[in-house]
Amino acid sequence: MAIEDDVLVIGGGLAGATAALAAADAGRDVRVRLVTYKQSTLRHASGLIDVLGYAPASDGKAEGPLVDPFDALADLPEGHPYERVGSEAVREALAFFDDIAGDAYAGDHTDRNALVPTHRGTVKPTARYPVSTAEGLASDDRDALLVGFETLPDFEAPLAAAHLEAAGAPFSARGVTIPFPGIVRDDAKVTRYAHLLDRDETVTTGAGETGAREALATTVRQHLEGEPRVGFPAVLGDERAAEVRTALADALGADVFEVPMGPPSLPGIRLEDLLYGALEDAGVRVTSGVPVVDYEMADAAGAGSAGAGTAADGGGVGDRIDRVVVDRNGTEIPHRADQYVLATGGLVGKGVRSERERVFEPIFDCHVPHAEDRYDWFVDDVFGEQPYARFGLAPDRELRPLDARDEPEFANLRAAGAVLGGYDFAAEKSGGGVSLATGYVAGRRAAEEVDE
Amino acid sequence: MSDAERPTDDHVPGAEDEEFEPVRVFPEAEEMDLRPGADNCYKCSTCDTNCPVAEVDDEFPGPKFQGPEQWRLKRQNDHDIDDSVMKCSNCMRCDSACPSEVPLSQMHNTARGEYVEENMDKRSREYVRNRILANYRRLAPLAAAFPRTANFVMGLSVTKWIGEKVLGITSERDFPEFATETFREWWTERGGAKIENPNKRVAYFHGCYANYNTPEVAKALVRVYEHFGYEVMVPDQDCSGTPMFANGMLEDARRAAETNVEELAAAIEDGADVVASCSSCSMSLRQEYPELFDFEDTEDVAANTWDAVEYLRVHEDLEAELEGTSLAGESFAYHAPCHSRNQGLDGQTIELMDAIDGVEAHDVGDSCSGISGTYGWKAEKYETSMKIGEEMFEHMAAADAERGLTECPTCSMQMEHGTGYEITHTLEVLEAALVGDADATERRQGAG
Ligand SMILES: Cc1cc2nc3c(=O)[nH]c(=O)nc-3n(C[C@H](O)[C@H](O)[C@H](O)COP(=O)(O)OP(=O)(O)OC[C@H]3O[C@@H](n4cnc5c(N)ncnc54)[C@H](O)[C@@H]3O)c2cc1C
Ligand code: SF4
Ligand code: SF4
Repeated sequence: MAIEDDVLVIGGGLAGATAALAAADAGRDVRVRLVTYKQSTLRHASGLIDVLGYAPASDGKAEGPLVDPFDALADLPEGHPYERVGSEAVREALAFFDDIAGDAYAGDHTDRNALVPTHRGTVKPTARYPVSTAEGLASDDRDALLVGFETLPDFEAPLAAAHLEAAGAPFSARGVTIPFPGIVRDDAKVTRYAHLLDRDETVTTGAGETGAREALATTVRQHLEGEPRVGFPAVLGDERAAEVRTALADALGADVFEVPMGPPSLPGIRLEDLLYGALEDAGVRVTSGVPVVDYEMADAAGAGSAGAGTAADGGGVGDRIDRVVVDRNGTEIPHRADQYVLATGGLVGKGVRSERERVFEPIFDCHVPHAEDRYDWFVDDVFGEQPYARFGLAPDRELRPLDARDEPEFANLRAAGAVLGGYDFAAEKSGGGVSLATGYVAGRRAAEEVDE
Repeated sequence: MSDAERPTDDHVPGAEDEEFEPVRVFPEAEEMDLRPGADNCYKCSTCDTNCPVAEVDDEFPGPKFQGPEQWRLKRQNDHDIDDSVMKCSNCMRCDSACPSEVPLSQMHNTARGEYVEENMDKRSREYVRNRILANYRRLAPLAAAFPRTANFVMGLSVTKWIGEKVLGITSERDFPEFATETFREWWTERGGAKIENPNKRVAYFHGCYANYNTPEVAKALVRVYEHFGYEVMVPDQDCSGTPMFANGMLEDARRAAETNVEELAAAIEDGADVVASCSSCSMSLRQEYPELFDFEDTEDVAANTWDAVEYLRVHEDLEAELEGTSLAGESFAYHAPCHSRNQGLDGQTIELMDAIDGVEAHDVGDSCSGISGTYGWKAEKYETSMKIGEEMFEHMAAADAERGLTECPTCSMQMEHGTGYEITHTLEVLEAALVGDADATERRQGAG
């Protein structure tokens, strides 16, 4: 016996969650399962969904920031994930995301990139942003007060404000640093700040005992000089973020926004919660905390055969994965499905691994194109285009990973997200968009093939 | 990282394995070399955002500090283990959070072991109290021999007062009731297994709680397995060790583990797989034993141990068997224990409940219940424990349900304590759906 489903998605980051949701959405009776190991990079990511902020240019440098990412999609090089799925699919995937996110995200009214101020005071071009950042956009010409906390050194408000002004923001920005009422420890976790505000826990300040929200507003009010909007590091609540923002805005008489922070990131955590809530609503079965470690191929008779690790040589459209093996703390549990989607992430998510001699994909040993000589994996200029940043699987237009001879490795395996190669999400600012677009296409196609 | 920085390049475990020379950090962790694990940490702090204690307690430095950072400090000079390690509840959430394969809970367990061994006064109230809580198994037989007396005494306000004042055990909680007949007594009385089957055999690790406090869960397991034609063995066993790990009593845990590994390995030798009904017990046998001990057969026992429900899902078509069964209008608020979550079992109960006609189960979300075994029993931790649980209580109250459902005995205490709901175990619902009122049937058979 094995655990049986129609579509099995491996990896629960943005790409995997989107693939599972798209598969569940595509077929009425398609049974979808998502198996994921450790937590995804969503918890590190800013929560912004970038489609394309900078385009790879021929001289190796990046071009941008781009005003309209869609203008640039057509010129991307062959093999880029957006080129593989086509720009129509990128639009569909964004619309699909907008439906899921509902009013938690903004930016869907225009093709153009929004400019979101970051915690360093730079401005980032992005396609979709959490509503908590909406009042902070750099294209908005209202003055802003930025508030940092003494115990949260990642956001130096006065410095960020100075950077924003130097970058030519069309408003004046001022920064202050204050103690956060109720936090004493200098390395308190971001979840601690959020929890205090979410629960409006009672805190003691010079003015006596009050709720954390009121105490924070009182401290900030002393510094407000009529600015119509106030920006905080993104720690304003978790489950009740909207309520916290409203309470602060009411108490301050100003609009309140969050400035996206470095990892770990609450907007990323909230996005993760949103996606997992959607998975539950869509009836996707989620198995988490355990890795897929191996697979078995179907032989001619249709039964499983232990072909693990040997498929790399014989690849061809006819080869099918029969089942994958999930390792549950040492016990091996077979999971069988008709179609598989691989969304295990890149070097950081551990979907692609490197050793001294080779770069490889550890579950199916899919082909990862890379130079023979490891000294060609990177260039000396740290700001140059790094070949290693593009390492990953090379898929066909159906997103089936291709072997060294450009044949699909398996008939029933597709790949999505950071496990794909051919793009450098950090340089291009395209991580979220590629995960959405490829996840959407891979999930949808997988479900359609089950239906057939 | 919202700007042009690149995420840290990863450190692939295995890549540098040939080169390291082992350094011993925690002396009593004999075979342990945690260096490759510690070196994997790239300080992303994902573990910290998953720690339920750090979320409510500003003073707890979090798993990243407890694990890899403290480890590095230790290596450089003569640092003592930080006493904050005793604030960790051993929920093991940080383990599955880490994207970089840092063995956090293993580090916490060893660090706690060293702290208790080297830095804790063995005559202190805290040590004595922790040892009593961790070794609940040793007291339970006495209480079980006189369950009514024990329940009566435990319920007395003066007992609670002594518990709190003398031992630091919170008086806010009601001691779990002892069953008038333990599971093992019932098992002997019943004459053991009703089915013999050399081809389908399981050895049941019932743990302490199902034996002394909730034998109905253990009975449910027996009946559900017999329904599928299994021969159930009930080998001799000691506590799984979970409360001992959590209290840094590694020597106590080692003794218990040795017995368990020996007995269970013998059962495996007889052709059985091991099944457990408590998620912390299965976690302990599967993950903590191989991480901390190296008795002969430890790995073998770990590899052949299963969660009891999971085992049936893989070896039988449990879901198909449940289709077509029905129970009259039951709706549950389900909480997945941290130790189920860590084993990838958090979705399983909802999937199965969906298959039974008339049963509805609502997942109350991924928050931790907060009790974490003995943790929530300590007077100084009680408040933290309840703060952590708050989210779960709220979600339970909001769910459209009359009863609670979970697989962990201490989570169920917390659920009951925080909401007043009566709490059931998944196996009990399966029993009701598949077998019906077996107690009555067995009584009739016994009489006849
Ligand atoms: C620090 C950082 C900041 C970022 N900031 C931004 C940003 O501002 N804007 C933006 O658009 N994008 C950003 N990104 C990029 C974006 O988040 C990623 O490109 C995208 O999330 C990748 O998603 P993924 O689903 O492909 O992979 P991941 O998020 O890496 O998820 C992979 C999942 O697969 C699981 N997995 C791996 N192996 C197995 C296995 N064997 N079995 C089962 N499961 C497995 C992993 O545990 C993980 O949960 C950032 C990324 C990082 C790391
Ligand atoms: S085991 Fe739980 S309480 Fe302890 S550090 Fe890890 S997440 Fe925090
Ligand atoms: S999650 Fe892992 S890598 Fe990240 S800080 Fe914690 S231990 Fe280090």
